[in-house]
Amino acid sequence: MTRPELLRVEGITKAYPGVVANSDVSFSIGEGEIHALLGENGAGKSTMVKMIYGLVRPDSGTMTLRGAAYTPSKPAEARRLGVAMVFQHFSLFEALNVAENVALGMENPPPMRELAARIRAVSEEYGLPLDPSRMVGDLSAGERQRVEIIRCLLQDPKLLIMDEPTSVLTPQEVEILFRTLRQLSSEGTAILYISHKLEEIRSLCDEATILRRGKVVATCTPRERTAREMAELMVGQALKTPERRMGAKGEVALGVSDLSVESPIPFGTSLKGVSFTVARGEVLGIAGVAGNGQDELLLALSGELKAAPDKVRVAGQPVGDRGPVERRKAGLVAAPEDRYGHAAAPDMSLVENAFLTAGVRKGLTQNGFVDWAGTRRFAEEIIAAYDVRTPGPDVAARALSGGNLQKFLMGRELMQGAQVIVINQPTWGVDAAAAASIRQSILDRAGEGAAVVVISQDLDELLEVSDSFAVLNEGRLTRPRPTEGLTMDEIGLMMGGAHGMEVAHHVA
Amino acid sequence: MLRLEKRPTPSRFWLYATPPAAVILTMVAGGILFAAMGKNPFEVIRTIFWDPVFGEFAFYLRGQLLVKAGPLILIAIGLALGFRAGIWNIGAEGQYIMGAIFGASVGLAVFPTESRWIFPVMVVAGAFGGWVWAMIPAILKTRFNTNEILVSLMLVYVAQTILAKASTGFLKNPEGMGFPGSRNFSSYPAAKNAFLYEPLGLHWGGVAALVTAVLAYILLTRHQAGFQIRLAGQAPRAARFHGVNPARLVVLCMGISGALAGLAGLFEVTGPAGQISIDFNTGYGFTAIIVAFLGRLNPLGIVLAGFLMALTYVGGEMAATQLGLPAAAIQVFQGMLLFFLLAVDVLTNYRFRLAVGAH
Amino acid sequence: MDLGGINPVILIATLMASAVPILLAALGETVVERAGVLNLGVEGMMIFGALGGFIVAVHSGSPVLGFIGGAVCGALLSLIFAALTQVFLANQVATGLALTLFGLGVSSLGGQGYNGIKPPPTGKLFPQALTDLPVVGPIVFGHDWVVYFSIAMTAVLWWVLKSTRVGLIIRAVGESHEAAHALGYKVNRIRLACIAFGGAMAGMGGAYVSLARVPQWVDGITAGAGWIALAIVVFASWKPWRVLIGAYLFGGITVLQLNLQVAGSAIPVEYLSMAPYLITILVLVIMSAGRKASGAPAALGQNFHASR
Repeated sequence: MTRPELLRVEGITKAYPGVVANSDVSFSIGEGEIHALLGENGAGKSTMVKMIYGLVRPDSGTMTLRGAAYTPSKPAEARRLGVAMVFQHFSLFEALNVAENVALGMENPPPMRELAARIRAVSEEYGLPLDPSRMVGDLSAGERQRVEIIRCLLQDPKLLIMDEPTSVLTPQEVEILFRTLRQLSSEGTAILYISHKLEEIRSLCDEATILRRGKVVATCTPRERTAREMAELMVGQALKTPERRMGAKGEVALGVSDLSVESPIPFGTSLKGVSFTVARGEVLGIAGVAGNGQDELLLALSGELKAAPDKVRVAGQPVGDRGPVERRKAGLVAAPEDRYGHAAAPDMSLVENAFLTAGVRKGLTQNGFVDWAGTRRFAEEIIAAYDVRTPGPDVAARALSGGNLQKFLMGRELMQGAQVIVINQPTWGVDAAAAASIRQSILDRAGEGAAVVVISQDLDELLEVSDSFAVLNEGRLTRPRPTEGLTMDEIGLMMGGAHGMEVAHHVA
Repeated sequence: MLRLEKRPTPSRFWLYATPPAAVILTMVAGGILFAAMGKNPFEVIRTIFWDPVFGEFAFYLRGQLLVKAGPLILIAIGLALGFRAGIWNIGAEGQYIMGAIFGASVGLAVFPTESRWIFPVMVVAGAFGGWVWAMIPAILKTRFNTNEILVSLMLVYVAQTILAKASTGFLKNPEGMGFPGSRNFSSYPAAKNAFLYEPLGLHWGGVAALVTAVLAYILLTRHQAGFQIRLAGQAPRAARFHGVNPARLVVLCMGISGALAGLAGLFEVTGPAGQISIDFNTGYGFTAIIVAFLGRLNPLGIVLAGFLMALTYVGGEMAATQLGLPAAAIQVFQGMLLFFLLAVDVLTNYRFRLAVGAH
Repeated sequence: MDLGGINPVILIATLMASAVPILLAALGETVVERAGVLNLGVEGMMIFGALGGFIVAVHSGSPVLGFIGGAVCGALLSLIFAALTQVFLANQVATGLALTLFGLGVSSLGGQGYNGIKPPPTGKLFPQALTDLPVVGPIVFGHDWVVYFSIAMTAVLWWVLKSTRVGLIIRAVGESHEAAHALGYKVNRIRLACIAFGGAMAGMGGAYVSLARVPQWVDGITAGAGWIALAIVVFASWKPWRVLIGAYLFGGITVLQLNLQVAGSAIPVEYLSMAPYLITILVLVIMSAGRKASGAPAALGQNFHASR
């Protein structure tokens, strides 16, 4: 491709205490080019783009933008020079409305009324309908992303950075987003697209830079490579897909009928009439875009949210009105998504975190006194069985990397011999090798006769592990269907198609 | 430029080193303050920290240490349990007053009956008084989600008004020739909190404080309830996931801290103070907050912190009579101690790094 | 038109003045809390401002300088809180309590020798002719400048928080410091500025107690007004005009209670003097009951540390 060069990154290195996030990274992006930055979790993609956006300064190396030295000291400077970024997390304010959120990301926002009109105009133009006066907390994940995109577009960026944009979208919404991005590219805006999803990159991007452990391992043209080739470059080893031992489906172990609960989370989604059953040996996969009731479903199953007794049954026993302790006794364990502060107490040791949920089923208390020696043995067992990299069981949970802590927490729940296991986002933020081993252990437990519910936003993961498949959409669960034979289109429709697209627009 | 950086694991060294470091910094800053007031800083510091233990009048003052430390420790342990769980009872002063009034009322109601059951019943009544006063913010919090900090504090002012009414009205000594204040318990043996061993200043309050410290330590480190308290404070959502009922925890922690503050009030009014009077309370309920933090919210640490704080009281009085140091200076000194402690505390979880090039 | 010995016009006029200290302090704290910071040291900053303002006014002879001095003192004390919570990341609740204990101690120490002195009077703003008008005279024209200033500040803060960019940034920081940081806002610096503003307002409120309400220096002069200001912020759901309403309601109760005491009411004095505190509790209960989302800033009381 012979595009004039827009951004050149040369020999960038950035180290944090104990980790080298980026080491001698170089690549360049042409005007209007869609450039992929591909790599696993922890490969250094986020640090790299934070440097381009001025949030973090490189230790060494240079960047040039249209031939001039580019050293943004803060995001405002980057924005002024035409670099905009759409974040994966953490850059919207739920209690503020769309226009206010957009204004906060601009240097010199026009008066609110004028801004609202411009938001409407831009959202029309790019087929991303959005009402400027709505509270962001009430928007779906896809709509929130539109807020971020429009915030960027209003500033006429030359380079738009998108950090894992499709992880919160339905397949239909992904299509719409890609159309918008191609339109932008044809108008001359370059896009730096960060992802670990290979098929997306193959269909969208012109060039790709592949990072592994902070280093550039390859540059390629994605259309000319197979997904498998890129995956091996990204991971550095051949991955094996989990194998499953098909056991015969047993009797129903978990039954949920017409479960409705109010969300305790501000701007959360209440559950509305959720019903399903899971048999022993079966894995039920529950898909859905973030914020459609996944957290609430986990709370309602773990016992943190209560309902009428017969709404939730474990092995026929009504536990709907019981708390987490009684449900564990009855044979149900749960693993929430948020590792830091929900599934684990970050400042407590691994031993204490092992006691957090295992105390009941492993019999670690006597007359209310904690058997710390026994708890420590259990923690050590988990560390050994799940290959958790840690100096020992006494370090604080927060000292572990996300992937290692997740392995520890998965082990904690999976090793309690429970007959019902509920997991929300089992491999969120975990590298490919660890993710594969976690999925394998889930399948192993199912093979041993446990009923498993896996809630995830990663469709590939669900298709890989689940026997039956359902979707949470606005707090409602679709009827579970056998996973075999489902097409992406069908799944997309189950997920509610494209949210908030009722307003007519030119691409739909 | 210096930059803060979070430690992967809390520093064990700084966990124990911060209180002494804070004390030393406070002595330096306090010395400057005393010098600014025209006193010899070394003399003042010596009078406060050295003389009560090793000086001329130490034989008497050493006993005073436990007398002052007892209530501080008792109240601070209760507060620490709550603070650990993220429950902020800062109205201990009110619970302390109400404990004293409840307990004293029982004793005065049966005056001048002599029975060995009177004092134990008064102790129970004292704990009950403090418990009741703490239950008001606790129940308002669990039922209506009302802020316990503000309610427990407002109730201090209410308790003070009730105390004024008690000493000039319903508990007033009928033989007191019109002076405010109740009968003096020192002349009522059955209700008196006498010294068990005077040279050490040991009375039942001191015994209760030390026993409570040991029990609380065991609770926090070995018992499931202690685990739940720590968990609820550090990660409230993880606590709910573990199976903690937040409302029950509020009632438990507020109840314990209220009852302990009430006990402290009862032991004080029947012992060192001697009678219900309009100002028998000397702010122990507030100072105990400093003691709780200085002791790192750890029961054994609180015992040490209680003695240190008692030292500033006893030594402060010495400095007041011998060197003319205003009593308020000691209050400032105590406040500074808490500031420095909070400031150096950062080193437990963070370290300072010289940042090169980065922002 | 007296009602049980109490003239409603005088009552309204007096409550407007008596509400000034808690109104100013609560407005300041509203801004602080909107930025996501819980400063429980309002009582300490108020009393420090009360002393500082008193000393400046007595020595300079100018009450206006006194109010400025009070504001400066309150802001200075708040900087201790700001340093501890924003730089040293200390727990906000504990630091706020420490600030109150420290402020009470320092002002008690510094106030020795100022007992029994009269400060220069803060005069009424409008001429006698206007003040003498029936009804509107005492209510609209019968006040010193600080009363009008406090009402003006309510309007200004309402406008700033609602319609200006500064207000938007303050609210954003209080809603989600991570998001604000990601957009490049200096969270801790913005919070520091808000804390200092809150300190100045509390200090000025304190100065009004010692210069206009009492007016002299007494140990413990603020008598819990700072805590009541904190309660009013909750009562007002973090909205300036509701803060004004809350402060006036509270001022009204205080004035009424004092009037009843003077008028020799049948209710014992002790019960009357606990009324303001009991009513504060009652109001807190009513305001917090049955509400899941109280309108509190989402990041209230949490410290921010930009790790990466």
